[in-house]
Amino acid sequence: MSALTLYASDVVALARKDLRLELRARDTLPAMLLFVLSTLVVFHFALPTGTADDAAFGLLWIALVFTALLGLARAWAPEREGGALDGLVLAPCDRSAIWLGKTLAVLVFLTAAELVALPAFALFFAPVDLVAVAGVVLASIGICAVGSLLAAMAAASRGREVILPLLFLPLAIPLVVGGVGAGISPQGASYLTFLGLYDLVFAILAWATFEYVITE
Amino acid sequence: MTGVATAAARLVVRGESLEKRYGRKRVLRGVSFVVPRGGFLVVTGANGAGKTTLLRLVAGLAAPTRGVLEVWGDRRDLGFVGHEPLVYQELTALENLELFGRLYRVADRRERSGMLLERFGLWDARSDRVSTYSRGMVQRLALCRALLHDPALLVLDEPFTALDEDGAGVLDTELAALAGECTVILSTHDPARVDALATDRLVLA
Repeated sequence: MSALTLYASDVVALARKDLRLELRARDTLPAMLLFVLSTLVVFHFALPTGTADDAAFGLLWIALVFTALLGLARAWAPEREGGALDGLVLAPCDRSAIWLGKTLAVLVFLTAAELVALPAFALFFAPVDLVAVAGVVLASIGICAVGSLLAAMAAASRGREVILPLLFLPLAIPLVVGGVGAGISPQGASYLTFLGLYDLVFAILAWATFEYVITE
Repeated sequence: MTGVATAAARLVVRGESLEKRYGRKRVLRGVSFVVPRGGFLVVTGANGAGKTTLLRLVAGLAAPTRGVLEVWGDRRDLGFVGHEPLVYQELTALENLELFGRLYRVADRRERSGMLLERFGLWDARSDRVSTYSRGMVQRLALCRALLHDPALLVLDEPFTALDEDGAGVLDTELAALAGECTVILSTHDPARVDALATDRLVLA
């Protein structure tokens, strides 16, 4: 097998392990689904009638970012228990595969939450067009790529519940700007380009630095 | 090949004046040792003497603050048992060994997993989640994971902890079979148990 095939098979095995753990424990995805749905319901009643769609899109992104944060906070919990992360670090696979596997697993959870959130948003607030959906997809990739790296950093520290939002939220601001822009701006395509560039740059940074984050 | 080069080729681990600090706390101070290929180093010392830290340095899970540490070989050659089992609690024993076997590129991982689980008395519990295991069973699984890829260097941090007489007997047999072929660094509070196998001893103060 080529090195790339081996790398891909490691990534798939690691992501599949996370999906299996979630199917068994069901402690992340149900929480994310309930959170995003209940947040949108609360926003629906909190927002005065006649409020512009622009404001509603802002609220959608608040709900999505905090839903992602909920998933990211739990992302490395299985690795913390029993020192499994040390087991992965010792394995001779490329350590960036650990990050990529986790990113893919978190992306699956976030996508599932968005599959509930977007129809709910369309029902309560405003229709969602294809550009807005593309914005959600691209921003989600960025959220998971950066978030998985930061969640790994936070997982190694004592105050992880506080540290993760402090690290993640500032870096999520460009994604929120891009996501909202793709949803409401007539120049939605340029926001998609911005989100794509963000994903590219930060995914490469996370991929290249993950090894240094998880080793002492 | 010169005498020095021959000696270097036979060495597996060499630590010189190793020091490790966590913040202002110095955990290891001026530790030096050499383990030749096939050697069996027994590390002893009181609680808090730095045994676990030293073994984590050798495994590459931590870096020394000062000093030189050379480990010949790569991660593929290392088997490590620490204070934690290094396995997923909500996966079964078989699923854990399958995952780590894949990451270690063990070609016959299913056969080898089965053989190790059988040997360490976990075969009947192979499909149970690790979170349902007793502490001793978890330790047996940790040993299976460490031996899965047939490592050339085995680093064992108090491996007899939590094992019952039966489990400890299996480990005794394993260590006796590995001695001489595999390089072993083992920390213990019961050095008499491995006295017959030890080729070198290191007492941490």
